[in-house]
Amino acid sequence: MSIASVRYATLDAGRSYWGLLAVLAGMTLVGLAGFLHLEHEGHWITGMNNQVVWGIPHVFAVFLIVAASGALNVASIASVFGQVTYKPLARLSGLLAAGLLIGGLAILVLDLGRPDRLIVAMTYYNFKSIFAWNIFLYTGLLAVIALYMFVLFQPAFARWTRAAGILALLWRLVLTTGTGAIFGFLVARQGYDAAIMAPLFIIMSFSFGTAVFMLVLTAAGRGSGRVLGDALLFRLKNLLAIFVSAVLYFVLAYHITNLYATEHHGYEAFILNFESLYSKLFWIGQVGFGSLVPLALFYAPRTRTCRISTHVGAGLVILGGLIQMYVIIIGGQAYPLVLFPGMEESSSFYDGVIASYVPSIWEFLLGFTGVAIGLIVVVAGLGALGILPEDLSDPKPAS
Amino acid sequence: MSLDLTRREFLQGAGAAGALTLAPGVFLYAKDPEVPVTDAVRWGLLVDTRLCQEDCDACVEACNEEHNLEDLGRPETDAQWIRKLTVRDPLGGRTISLPMMCQHCENPPCVDVCPTGASFRRIDGIVLVDKHTCIGCRYCMMACPYKARSFIHENLTEQLPHAPRGKGCVESCTMCVHKVDAGENTTACAEACHKDGHQAILFGDLNDPDSEISKRIREFGATQIRADLGLNTGVRYQNL
Ligand code: SF4
Ligand code: SF4
Repeated sequence: MSIASVRYATLDAGRSYWGLLAVLAGMTLVGLAGFLHLEHEGHWITGMNNQVVWGIPHVFAVFLIVAASGALNVASIASVFGQVTYKPLARLSGLLAAGLLIGGLAILVLDLGRPDRLIVAMTYYNFKSIFAWNIFLYTGLLAVIALYMFVLFQPAFARWTRAAGILALLWRLVLTTGTGAIFGFLVARQGYDAAIMAPLFIIMSFSFGTAVFMLVLTAAGRGSGRVLGDALLFRLKNLLAIFVSAVLYFVLAYHITNLYATEHHGYEAFILNFESLYSKLFWIGQVGFGSLVPLALFYAPRTRTCRISTHVGAGLVILGGLIQMYVIIIGGQAYPLVLFPGMEESSSFYDGVIASYVPSIWEFLLGFTGVAIGLIVVVAGLGALGILPEDLSDPKPAS
Repeated sequence: MSLDLTRREFLQGAGAAGALTLAPGVFLYAKDPEVPVTDAVRWGLLVDTRLCQEDCDACVEACNEEHNLEDLGRPETDAQWIRKLTVRDPLGGRTISLPMMCQHCENPPCVDVCPTGASFRRIDGIVLVDKHTCIGCRYCMMACPYKARSFIHENLTEQLPHAPRGKGCVESCTMCVHKVDAGENTTACAEACHKDGHQAILFGDLNDPDSEISKRIREFGATQIRADLGLNTGVRYQNL
């Protein structure tokens, strides 16, 4: 399929289309009702406390934001690196990134102690704060995606596609670095004080974003009666397999560097010794089901060309990604701050002990709301704009 | 500079004249708004752990009362501005007890990370949260190396005018800024410790070489907790 001949079409707004939108809107409404209740009562009804101050909402939000950046992979490969196969999918790549980003940001805002002060957050800036910079980077990426999509949609601007693609690529690399730096800058926390956090987040974004992209692409194709070609799907799968391996490599490097420094041995044991909940999540959830099982599915001779295995693998990568976020965000806070190295500490404020955290339904509701909002953006976009190519099948050999 | 002198004269006079002429409570807003906060002073606390008794929490109770920090029976979410920390050396078993609170860092990580600038450091060294611009993101709590901050997890009632607090915002030790600004030259914790006869907490101006706190630090030395982080804390400890 040559680029000039690609024809795009909106999704048919039939019954199932509106039904899907209604379900997503319903999820959002339930979530917002939960948010109002949380807002009214205060955060004590959640599992978050003065020890674990960021909980499940942040696990979802950071995952979505990181995945948003990675969802642009296809756009970058198509527009910056000139891979023709991916070009027809660049529009979906942009739309999905926007949806995931909006969903993630919505969670962050809904979880604030004072969400009513959103305007304060947007008018008072402390330029020393990486958090404040991220507010710019996130809203900026939405603008960059809008620009990129505009260029893609206007044949008259076609020659600007590469420039817009490069801008989007650079922007998202900075954005993911900034997101990783939110944690990397927390020098006093045993689990976060590591420069490798930023590149780790970049490679995580590639992996999670590609996995989400594959599932959304298949679902959109299915729902609209387009058959996704094997070649395209397996190409994406091969890409994902490389990213999953790279994440594993970075995680390994992170722990090995940490093990080198004796001061980090306590935290390393906490994550690696298979005793704490976080350690079990790390080995079974993140490494096992989130990385090794998908890699086996992607590479094993019997499953490598199976579409179902490929989709199961992508789903596991997403699950493993959420678990990885949980281990990083919650595990990093549950491990106590060290005020007196080498000493035993105790107090009424949980010094020296592993903090407890039991996530509540309210927090999951916020997380699901973000996912639903993100999907609404994607589904509405697919219905309103010509995002998907009419034909997703593999090109026939030229005759 | 002349303004600084005015401020200093004001403070010196407050001990004698202020105590005679002003009723308690009138102090609350006694800081003359015309007199700017100045970096000529740096307020600080000195804790002598040898004098601090393990079974005493007079400082904690005084702080809770001073700022109306209620015990809601939910220790994981209840606010604690100051806590008693027990530190035991596994080698030999020596145990010390000390009050732990916001260390009023000169280079405070909480201020660096705060997206809106709600966390700020007054030039006299006191680190505060502006309750009007705090959005409750809790990034400062992630960044504070001392676990000094609390998030307000529920609706509060019966607030005190000198200690505004509210659901959804973060707070921490204010070094009794309302007392300092009223020229009382002490904090609730230091006062309570003094009253109980332990005198383990001393408040004073770290910049004034003639202040009691400076003299004691000069004579006996004092340590910062996690000095390796280079935060130059305003709360110092002796005999750690
Ligand atoms: S002790 Fe914590 S809250 Fe206090 S100034 Fe330092 S970083 Fe900020
Ligand atoms: S919780 Fe408030 S004071 Fe703390 S970083 Fe966020 S806005 Fe600043």
